[in-house]
Order: sequence, then C-alpha cells, then structure tokens
Amino acid sequence: MILIDTDVVTLSRLQFALTALYHFLFVPLTLGLVWMLAIMESVYVMTGREVWKRMVQFWGVLFGINFAMGVATGVTMEFQFGMNWAYYSHYVGDIFGAPLAIEGLMAFFLEATLIGVFFVGWDRLSRIKHLLVTWFLALGTSLSALWILVANAWMQHPVGSAFNPATMRMEVTSFSEVLFNTVAQEKFVHTVSAGYVLGAMFVLSISAWYLLRGRNVDFAKRSMTVAASFGLAAALSVVVLGDESGYGVSLNQKMKMAAIEAMWETEPAPAPFTVFGLPDLEQRTTHYALKIPWVMGLIGTRSLDQTMPGINELVDDAKGRIGNGIQAYDAMLMLRQNKDDAQAKATLAAHDKDLGYALLLKKYVDDPRRATPADIQQAADSTIPNVPVLFWSFRIMVACGFYFIALFALSFWKASKRTLDSQRWYLRLALWSLPLPWIAIELGWIVAEYGRQPWAIEGVLPTALGVSAVSTGQILTSLGGFVLFYTALAVVDAVLMLKFARKGPDGLGIWPPATTVLSSDRP
Amino acid sequence: MLDYATLRVIWWALLGTLLIGFAIMDGFDFGVAGLLKGLGRDNEERQVLLEGIEPTWEGNQVWFILAGGATFAAWPMLYAVSFSGMYFAIALVLLALILRPVGFNFRGKIHDPRWASLWDWVLTGSGLAVMLLAGVAFGNLFLGLPFRFDDDLRMSWHGGFLDLLHPFALLCGLISLAMLLAHGACFAAFKADHAIAARAVAIARWTTLVFAALYVLAGLWLAWGVPGYAVVGPAATEGVSNPLFKQVAVGGSWFASYLQYPWFWTAPLLALAAAVGVQVLVGRRNMAGFLASSVMVGGTIASAGFALFPFLLPSSLDPHSSLTVWDASSSRGTLQLMLVATAVLLPVVILYTGWVYRVMRGRVTLEQVRKAHGGY
Repeated sequence: MILIDTDVVTLSRLQFALTALYHFLFVPLTLGLVWMLAIMESVYVMTGREVWKRMVQFWGVLFGINFAMGVATGVTMEFQFGMNWAYYSHYVGDIFGAPLAIEGLMAFFLEATLIGVFFVGWDRLSRIKHLLVTWFLALGTSLSALWILVANAWMQHPVGSAFNPATMRMEVTSFSEVLFNTVAQEKFVHTVSAGYVLGAMFVLSISAWYLLRGRNVDFAKRSMTVAASFGLAAALSVVVLGDESGYGVSLNQKMKMAAIEAMWETEPAPAPFTVFGLPDLEQRTTHYALKIPWVMGLIGTRSLDQTMPGINELVDDAKGRIGNGIQAYDAMLMLRQNKDDAQAKATLAAHDKDLGYALLLKKYVDDPRRATPADIQQAADSTIPNVPVLFWSFRIMVACGFYFIALFALSFWKASKRTLDSQRWYLRLALWSLPLPWIAIELGWIVAEYGRQPWAIEGVLPTALGVSAVSTGQILTSLGGFVLFYTALAVVDAVLMLKFARKGPDGLGIWPPATTVLSSDRP
Repeated sequence: MLDYATLRVIWWALLGTLLIGFAIMDGFDFGVAGLLKGLGRDNEERQVLLEGIEPTWEGNQVWFILAGGATFAAWPMLYAVSFSGMYFAIALVLLALILRPVGFNFRGKIHDPRWASLWDWVLTGSGLAVMLLAGVAFGNLFLGLPFRFDDDLRMSWHGGFLDLLHPFALLCGLISLAMLLAHGACFAAFKADHAIAARAVAIARWTTLVFAALYVLAGLWLAWGVPGYAVVGPAATEGVSNPLFKQVAVGGSWFASYLQYPWFWTAPLLALAAAVGVQVLVGRRNMAGFLASSVMVGGTIASAGFALFPFLLPSSLDPHSSLTVWDASSSRGTLQLMLVATAVLLPVVILYTGWVYRVMRGRVTLEQVRKAHGGY
C-alpha cells in the first residue's frame, strides 16, 4: 500500500487547473472565430465580392495565431493525464480514453490537416473547394469539443460503466450510454455556444476599435454585422442551454447545485434563489442573503412541489453511502483472496455504486474498513465543495451571459438600422466588453470542475486518489517549466495579436487591395 | 464479435501502426527541423525548408496525438506507467511539442532576422530532442523499467531521469536520430529547391549509412548483451487485464520471438534493404528515395516491436509487474468499439491527408519565397 502525498495532490491539481484554464483561453476563440470565417467566406462565394475574402484573410491571421496557441497547450492536456494522473488513467482509461482517441481520429486530424491548406491554399484551390476546407475546419473544431465534452460529461455523470474487481478499474458496460449521456449534450451546446459568443465579441470589439479610429470603416461595419447576428444567436443559446445544463446538474450533481446556491438546508418547495449573500463555509450559513422566492425551485426542478436537497442533508446522505461503500470495499478485498466468493460478489454488486465513497476515507485512514465515526464524518464533510467560490463564479458568469444578450441585441438592432458608427459610447462599450466572455468562460470551467471536487469522477474516484507516484520535486519542476514557458508564450501571443490587430487590414495591405497581394502569405 | 486475444493482437498491431505512422509522417518534419540550421545556409533557404513542411506538419503531428490517445484508450496501464514513470523525458518531449506549433506560426510574423533565428533554433532543438528521446525511450523498453504495482494496481517507480541514459538506450536514441534525419533529408531532396536538394541528397546518404551501422550494432548488442524477458508457462491470452497474475523469467533472449515466428525477420531485413534503397535512389528518383526511407523507418520500429512481443513494457524492478499484450489492455468492449471507430475513420483521414498533399505538391523554390516576402 502506497500512501498518497497530499502535496503531490495539491500540486497536481494546481498544475491541471492552471494548464486547463490557460488552454481554455484559446480553444473557445478558435471555436467561435472559425465559424465567423466560414460565414464570411460563404458570403464571398455567394456574392463574389472581394472584400469578404479579404475579411476571411484578415481575421484568419488572428485566428492562426490563436489556433497555434490552442494546439500547443492542448498537447499538454493529453500528456498530463498520464504524467500526473496515472492512477486516474488506469482506473478509468477504459471509458475515458475512448472519446479522447475518437476526438483525435474524427476531429483533430481534420482540423490540423486542413489548417495549412486554409492559409496557403487560396491560389491552389477553386473558391468552392476553399470554402469547403473552411467549413470542414469549422466542423472539425466543434466535433473536437463534442468528444472532449463526452469525456468530461462522463466525469460529471459516470453512466454506462461498472467496477471490475479483477482489473481494479471501471469498465464500459454500454458505450451508447456514455455517448448519449444527457450531460454531454447539454455541456456541448453550452460550451460551443460560449465559444461562439467569444468569437463574435472578438470581431465586434476589434471592429469597434477601427470605427472609433475612423479606420477600415466599411470593412469593420461588415465584420460587426456578422458578429452581431452570430453573437446574438450564440448569446441566446448559451443562456438557454446554460439553464438546461443547470437543470442537468440539479438532477445528477445535487451537491454541486446546492453549493452553487449556497443552500445549506433543504428549503420547502419551490426553493428561493439567493441573488446576493456571503456564504460562510465554517458556520454553514449565508450572511446577508437576499432571496427571491420560488425561482430556484422553478429552475432546478421545473416544478412547484419538488424539494431540492440542501448541503447538510446531502452530507448525511454521503455518510450513508460511505457505510455502503465500506461493505463494497470489504467485498472487493475478499474477492481478491477468492474470486469465486459468491457472497462477496453479491455484496459488491449491491453496493458497488458506493465504492467510491469508501475511497474518500483513504485520505484519513489507510484501510477504510477501520474508519472511526470521526473519519466517516470528516469524509462526508469533504464532499462539500468550496461554496463561496462556486456561489460567486456562477453569479458573475450568469450576469455576463445576460449582458451578452443585451449587447448583441443592441448591436444587431444598430446593424440593421445601419447606425453602428453613430454613437461613440456604443463603440467604446463594444470595445471594452472584450474581456468579459473570457471571464465568463473561465468561471464556467471553475463551476464545472472545481464544483465537482472532491471527485475526479463524481461518486466514483476521489481526485486525491488519481495522482501518479511522482515526487513533489518532479511536479514542482514541470510546474515551474509550465509557468515559465506559458508566461513567455502569453507575452508573445499578446504582442502578436495586438500587433496584427493594430496594423489592421489597411496596415497589412489586405484591404483596400494594395499592389502586392497577401494571398500567398503564410499563416 | 472477435475474441479477446485476437482483439489484443489487433490493437498491438494498431499501436505499432500508429507509432510507425507518426514516425513516417511527422518524422520527416522533425528531420527537416533538425537539419534546419545545417542544411539551410541562410534565412531564405531555411524559409524554403520550412515552407515545405508548414502546410502539412500539423496534421502529421496528430499521428502522435492519436498514438497517445489510442494508448490511453486501448492500453491504459501502458499509458499511465510510461508517462508518469519517464516523467522528465516525457516533459521534455511535451515542451518540444508545445514549441512547434507556435514556432511555425510565429516565426514569420515579425520580420527581424534575430526573431527568425530564435525560432529556427527552437524548431531545430525541439526536433533533435524529440528524435533522440523517442529512441532512448524505446531502448529502455529492452532494458526494463523500474516499476511495480501494489495490489490496488497503483504503480510506483524507483528511478530517475538519468537512469534512462543507459549506453544501450543512448545507442537507440542515436539510431532514431540518424534514421529520422535521413528521412527528413530524403523529404527535402524532393520538396526543396534544387540547390538545397543536392545537399540534402548528400546528407541522406551518409545519415543512412550511420543509421545502418548503428542498427546492426544495436542488434548484436541486443543478442549478446541485453537479457530478454519471457512469460513463464502458457500465456493466458484471454485472461483479465491484470499484470500481477503471471510469472516472468529474465535472462533469455530478446530474439526468442524471432525464433518462434520466423516471418518477423522481414521487418529488420526490410529496414536494411530500404537503407540500401535510399543509397541507390536518393538523388536519382527522389520520390522513390523518400518511400525507401519510409520503409526503413517502418521496418525499424516494427523490428523493435516484434522483438518485445508479447511485452509492451517490461519491469526490471519486479518482472511479474511487466505489461504484456495479454494483461494490459482495455476491456473487450472498448477494444471492439475502438477497432470499429478506427476502421471507419482512419481510411477517411488517409484520404483527405492524401488530398492535401496533392494540393500542396511541387517543390518550394527560393524564387517563391522571395516573392512572398514582399507580402507586407
């Protein structure tokens, strides 16, 4: 038996969070911007007007810089499961690995193979063929998100699988359940919509900056029109499907839901929604809570009579499940001695859904069967995620979501009235809104992933057990390396993005057309 | 539905196919990157070399990503043990891979010779590092790696990065380096401007010679100097995926599987025949020369995989913890599903990859590079 070093756990988690949040700065922009390119190029092919092609080429330069960062930081994610989360990889690789591999086969291959032709193929391909390349590139990026989120959804809601004591891991029982996991569908649409909002905001903000400067006016207005329509649809979708996702969470991850709402006690149905408050983890109460009656019950249960369990009730449930889990754990060890032990098989079959709860005890006691009531209480309490962080992350994210609807609706209205450049306050608002989608997206990741703690796989594998047998020195070294290289890359990325955005289509000679043509320029 | 043993053998072959696909497709990118400073004499020449691989390298690298993903899905323990065990080696490879996409994209974004030179060094360094480390890692498989499992199948590792640098493993690293530099040179010989291509031909010739000499040397060393591993008793080919249920003896020969399956000899013989083929063809029929170097790469990797069979990752610390084809795979259902997905999707990938290469065909000339430079 190898004891788990809590420093290794902390450092591994820190490294994962930092690299994932960093990766997630670039991926959503790729997801959104590529569809803007596809729309612009479609208009070019349909109307034959050169300016639309130049729009694709200009925004394509910025897309290319961002795409490179997304690819570079994505490799880290794949490596990291094996490097820092070896036991996780062993324990769930049978299920979790498959969508990742299929992502490579179906999506990443497609986008990575086509990205080069997208940039250098303008002279080598007919208009239609190049348009198809762009569309398949866009399709590839969204499919990529689909498979990654199928994998992630299984971490949130592990369906279609069962524990196998002979191999000491989870194995697939129904791949179609994993694939058609309702959580995966909600997450996919919510996440790609968020990316689309970011892509639209990116084009909207930079174009607004040109209009404020009186540069590239025609070019910027067209870009803003595309961004406004695409952005409005995306913002509506991200909020509506975010609500769907929230409903899914209230069904499948009750503790995460209760934590987001800082709902300590089970409230009589329909539960109120806390707009403001200061959740206090120590005293398990929310100070200065400002509540709106009924709203939470309606969102969470879509009914007037179903209650939503509070945190304290869920901790009591967890205690019961830990008890069942210990029986499953005991049976598992007996099966290791004698794999034909019929009674142990029956016990394990009855309680294997709670085995993960016994593993929560491993943080406090080497053998869960020897846990004291105090250990069990501690393990049950550890199922409460960081309530204040979730409470506020969620609220800021949602507020951003409603703001996006308003801003894109206004933009859409102004675009259809052809008054995009009539008011400077609007252009400034559009410009300074640029960071908001990034903030909302990162907070969304925190709600989803930090909110799942202490679990790596909800109810199945505690995060602390998933780590590798590596030393703190090893992780510190790689963490230091990441901080160093990622910071350097962030600086280079920012410098290049600003440089090319500032130069703009006029400065780059893309539009109005100069004597030398950029079409043979590389990404 | 195929039986478990057959599925495992298929996935062993597919793992080899993906690794060979990676080595052939991305290997020449790494080779060209490694030769960037030696073969490209000035910025324009280096530009030519880079433009030869730029439109396609990104797709090529997915072979590696896919090999990693497929290992995660089909051989989860192999993925977990190798990535966490060879921690610093993997971290270095990762670093090299992170720097490539940004290197390719960012190099031309600022027109300053120092900026271009910085990224040239980054690309050269990352190319050399990956080629060398991949070989070192492969070499260590024959020496066994210092890991063991406890009863929960939690792995522990008792060694450091420097332990990986055994002379035999370093020899394998040099083989990998010479082989992929030769492969990259063969690619440059038919893709780059004629002036550069002529020099690439010379490099391809002598790196192939070095490769062949080192390869034979490693074979002799393996036969007489490296103890082989063998599973004791009949292999439980349909058994559960738990490596602790078998016994392993150390001290035999890594050529035992070649005696058992004589057709395995085709792999090393093909590798050497292809090395001769490169000598004959490169400079005369460059496309054929590149195909020959591809066969050389494929034959070499296959010959190593065959020698290891049925082992995937032998353990020097606790031989019965070794991972083999019969006890480290995913469940039958996952192998089956992944096989279907691969059978449907991989041919599609190969189709559109072929299309992209057709679109991008033709040499990259110095003249083209000069013209494009006026772009902005």
